[in-house]
Amino acid sequence: MKIFTKAYWLQWSSPKTFYPTAGKMIPWFMISGLILTIIGLYYSFFVAPTDYQQGESYRIMFIHVPAAWMSMWLYFVMCIYASIGLIWRTRLSDMMAGAIAPTGAIFTFIALWTGSLWGKPTWGTYWVWDARLTSELILLFLYFGFIALRAAIDDPQRAARASALLALVGVINLPIIYFSVKWWNTLHQGASISIDSAPTMAATMFTAMLLMTFAFWMYSIGIALMRVRNEILEKEKNASWVQELLRDGK
Amino acid sequence: MSVSEFFAMGGYAFFVWGSYGVTAAFILIELLLVMNKKRSLLHSIFRAAKLNRE
Repeated sequence: MKIFTKAYWLQWSSPKTFYPTAGKMIPWFMISGLILTIIGLYYSFFVAPTDYQQGESYRIMFIHVPAAWMSMWLYFVMCIYASIGLIWRTRLSDMMAGAIAPTGAIFTFIALWTGSLWGKPTWGTYWVWDARLTSELILLFLYFGFIALRAAIDDPQRAARASALLALVGVINLPIIYFSVKWWNTLHQGASISIDSAPTMAATMFTAMLLMTFAFWMYSIGIALMRVRNEILEKEKNASWVQELLRDGK
Repeated sequence: MSVSEFFAMGGYAFFVWGSYGVTAAFILIELLLVMNKKRSLLHSIFRAAKLNRE
């Protein structure tokens, strides 16, 4: 079995072997992301019915909820990579954490932005210092802090270690975001989808939301792989394998 | 449902399209930035390699 060989696992941890592997994976993630987006948007606008209370404004949900989920999920994945880098000192793990962070920050911003535009027609205000909104804003600042700290330290090993620690300390914010609607009496509504109960919405709405979630997910993997390839190129530009790769025109 | 009715979003056009538009813009800008970065990286590596050979 190939997966029991050291060579198999090495391709996931060494920049040199991961570069071409990632290059082959990117089109698959991007194309499936695009297809899911097209079907997801069709469901969001043409299949899901008009909400009897909120009218058409609730259609913001189909990007708001997936973006909010991705903002938390990407932070979690970023922390996994950061801790692998912290424990085994693998350079590629730190690079992956660094490649995920900007996309995580973008989805956090999108969650806040769309939430704000949804809040105005439903709550009558763009912003309120509610526990859910505030903790999500803190998540945005955690992403910014991670990106800034990683960029501010010149020594890559120290930068990796310091930013990984910051990411791990910040992970406490994830359960706070998730449970904020239960722990505090918030303006933000509770979860419509949770692990312990059936979704409290029409099946077509749920389908649209899931499609958009997977679309964002595939896109996130694709763009993170593109970004990590850039970072590998930047750090290894003098390595012979990069020179060979370019000479072969790949 | 007519096209103009669709874009009016039952009076919520600003909120709905403001959400979807900004999301699309962010994703497209992110893609463009990452692809540009790759192009400029390859360009500078090519140039350095050429200088080395000369």
